[in-house]
Amino acid sequence: MERIRVLVAKPGLDGHDRGARVVARALRDAGMEVIYTGLRQTPEDIAEAAVQEDVQVVGLSILSGAHNTLVPRVLEQLRARGAGNVLFLVGGIIPEEDVEFLKSAGVHAVFGPGTSTDDIVEFIKSHVKG
Amino acid sequence: MRSVDEIVNGVLEGDTRALARAITMVENEREGYEQVLERIYPHTGKAYVVGLTGAPGVGKSTLVDRLAKFARGHGHSVGILAVDPTSPFSGGAILGDRVRMQSHSGDPGVFIRSLATRGQLGGLSRASGGVIQLMDAAGRDLILVETVGSGQSEVEIMRYAHTVVVVVIAGLGDEIQMIKAGILEIGDVFCVNKADREGSDRTAADLRMLADSCSKGWIPPVVKTQARSGEGVDQLYQAIFGHRQYLESTGDMRHRQLRSAEAGIRDIIIEQVVDRTLDLARAEQVLDELLERLTARQTNPYQAAKHLLNAYGSQILRMCEGDAE
Ligand SMILES: Nc1nc2c(ncn2[C@@H]2O[C@H](COP(=O)(O)OP(=O)(O)O)[C@@H](O)[C@H]2O)c(=O)[nH]1
Ligand SMILES: [Mg+2]
Repeated sequence: MERIRVLVAKPGLDGHDRGARVVARALRDAGMEVIYTGLRQTPEDIAEAAVQEDVQVVGLSILSGAHNTLVPRVLEQLRARGAGNVLFLVGGIIPEEDVEFLKSAGVHAVFGPGTSTDDIVEFIKSHVKG
Repeated sequence: MRSVDEIVNGVLEGDTRALARAITMVENEREGYEQVLERIYPHTGKAYVVGLTGAPGVGKSTLVDRLAKFARGHGHSVGILAVDPTSPFSGGAILGDRVRMQSHSGDPGVFIRSLATRGQLGGLSRASGGVIQLMDAAGRDLILVETVGSGQSEVEIMRYAHTVVVVVIAGLGDEIQMIKAGILEIGDVFCVNKADREGSDRTAADLRMLADSCSKGWIPPVVKTQARSGEGVDQLYQAIFGHRQYLESTGDMRHRQLRSAEAGIRDIIIEQVVDRTLDLARAEQVLDELLERLTARQTNPYQAAKHLLNAYGSQILRMCEGDAE
């Protein structure tokens, strides 16, 4: 049986992955296979892991405020490896005014601090076939 | 969807993306996966495969990371297959081994793939054999397979690995438990990791005694390591390659190759004959009826099995002939 594979990654320097872990567990409980890569990943690391793991979904958790620089760099690295077609999600502390920019850069959905994990599960399931 | 040709050529050229795609195909048994495995098979048999098994948290992933670094230092390319359990409740999984495998940032010589067991007992995914073949055909010199230590069931890893490293830590149990867990039969090399922990010398000594007493031919070395700092990993690497030399110099290698070749054929026969028989019987509702009669004790399992083989044997033979054309 096919399973949805999701890479959950934390780029940049912030050292908190509680949110990422909560999301990872919720996705697992929804029947997905979650590849969790840990803290302080470079955009190159994330893109390379996404290719090797052949995931359909990449989710970044960013709390550092550096999303406007990190997100385009991850997307660029993904595209450079021919993996620009993944479903690309960003979560964490993202001010409302940055959402537009991130979406124009290629992010499919932004999930702020108040998001319920059900919404994330729902979003993935409605955009990727399992 | 890329064609079988493209995938096969990509894998043989060592292309990362093609290898990753091929693994997905095999894992999901997508259309064409058998053709991919058939076509790459002539290019396999070159890699050295090392299995690492042991209880969760003993440091397998950290060790794999260190071993890979070592192999890179010797100029070998590395493929890593990290298997974690599927949750029996949701069918999902968290595959977190990459967290401890971060030393290869930017090094295309290390390819890491995480797989979930997907309901397969034995600590390995059903796709493992195929995935190892794909990495082999893609030119990976050394393949490291990390498997869930689940007690007796890691025996599965012996089929695919040339050398099996059993990883333990001090304080997890006494020697009786080690014997019960069946790890003595599986291990070609024993590794007492977290040697910074109290009792590690004692655990290593116990293991050494046990290994000496039950080995025939090869006496499994016992190596103490501290994967986090890297201490002792060079000895572990030497021990693995000592075992390789032993296998190659004694004919045991040939024996292992033959054994795993046979197991490979057995798997396919089971898939082609057993699974097909049951699928056909299920599709025609024959299976349901038979199960009803079985549970009512109106027939017995031997009779039932013979009945199905009689009913579908020739049809399956024709299907197999169709495949072989
Ligand atoms: N004290 C100590 N901790 C270690 C050592 N090797 C690994 N660890 C830690 O043990 C934990 C589990 O390691 P991991 O490689 O994920 O274990 P696995 O579940 O067997 O793959 C991690 O926190 C590692 O940093 C060691 O030699 N000494
Ligand atoms: Mg691990």
